[in-house]
Amino acid sequence: MTVAEFTPIVAAASLAAGLLGSLTGLGGGVIVTPVLTLFLGVDLRYAMGASLISAIASSSGAAASYVRDGYSNIRIGMFLEIATTLGALTGAFLNTHISTSVLSILFGLVLLQSAWQTMGGRKHTKNPPPDDPLSEKLLLDSSFQDNGRERHYKVHRVKTGFGLMFGAGTLSGLLGIGSGSLKVIAMDQAMRIPFKVSTATSNFMIGVTAAASASVYLSRGYINPGIVMPVMLGVLAGSLLGARLLSRLPVTLLRRIFAVVVGVMAIQMIVEGIRG
Amino acid sequence: MTDRSIERTLSTLLRAGVLISGLIVLAGGIYYLAAHGGEFADYRQFAGQPAAHRIIGQIAASAFALRAQSVIQFGILALIATPILRVAVSLVGFAMERDAKYVGITALVLALLLFSLIEGAIRD
Repeated sequence: MTVAEFTPIVAAASLAAGLLGSLTGLGGGVIVTPVLTLFLGVDLRYAMGASLISAIASSSGAAASYVRDGYSNIRIGMFLEIATTLGALTGAFLNTHISTSVLSILFGLVLLQSAWQTMGGRKHTKNPPPDDPLSEKLLLDSSFQDNGRERHYKVHRVKTGFGLMFGAGTLSGLLGIGSGSLKVIAMDQAMRIPFKVSTATSNFMIGVTAAASASVYLSRGYINPGIVMPVMLGVLAGSLLGARLLSRLPVTLLRRIFAVVVGVMAIQMIVEGIRG
Repeated sequence: MTDRSIERTLSTLLRAGVLISGLIVLAGGIYYLAAHGGEFADYRQFAGQPAAHRIIGQIAASAFALRAQSVIQFGILALIATPILRVAVSLVGFAMERDAKYVGITALVLALLLFSLIEGAIRD
């Protein structure tokens, strides 16, 4: 295949991946890696490099709408970014020492978990945890407008959340993903931050986390201009289009259908990894 | 300066960063297709990248010499710089709020990001 043939195919596939990522809430980057490796035969490390870059582009592009709604919490984001950037650096350095077959299996497992999370609902245990004095010390508690009413919230289990964020950052650097859904789990489930605040703040954090590992990827030669160019532009266009379509489409049904598609790709990644 | 106004500034910055880097990548891409469209595209085997596609100083030098692939990489570099700039602007915002605790937290995040950015150049 020549460059002139490869580029439009990758751009179209990335546009579809960005659309799918935006509609499922999985994020633009995470689906493009299996599409590139399984269908277009691209090496896993080049695919991860392109995917990580597109995660920065789509999260930064979406930031405006999240900020307009006023849900994001800059202090929670900045404090937890210490953990995610440290994790991202750890993950990116680990990546350079791990074989592609192991990376492929890990990627499949994380993707499978994300697909599962999209299918099922989130469930909270009944009794909330006790107040965390750390949250007060770090000024994390805040409020937001929910349907015209001021809603105050407290942040719980700050240390647990911080630890989980280190894990989310490590997976982001290790697998070249934004790991937005893992960040949301840490904030929503462990720290009991309202879901709207969790998703908005997570979007803000994805770019910073990914920038840390993207620098490492760039200097190690993972960012191939011939691949990253159509992927970044395609995913960005797809995720912006998806954000516009979200309000007009039957999202719940689409999510379930797409979750199955993503699940199948995840299993293929695991199989590819085992085959070596 | 309040948290809310910092956030608004940041979102404008992020959008501008994505727009600018996207345009650079697009321009580099069109040029790349025109100059190298007929070449064979083989990405099956990982082979790393030459320094003109990897190391910040050399990406910039080669991009200003209008080498198509380095122009694309320069756009990618602008994209990576966008969230880093976002953290730097937050640092100024917290300093204007006279919030020492968050100036410290933000400075730590910025230091980690700058380390990752220059680590590759030092290593080479």
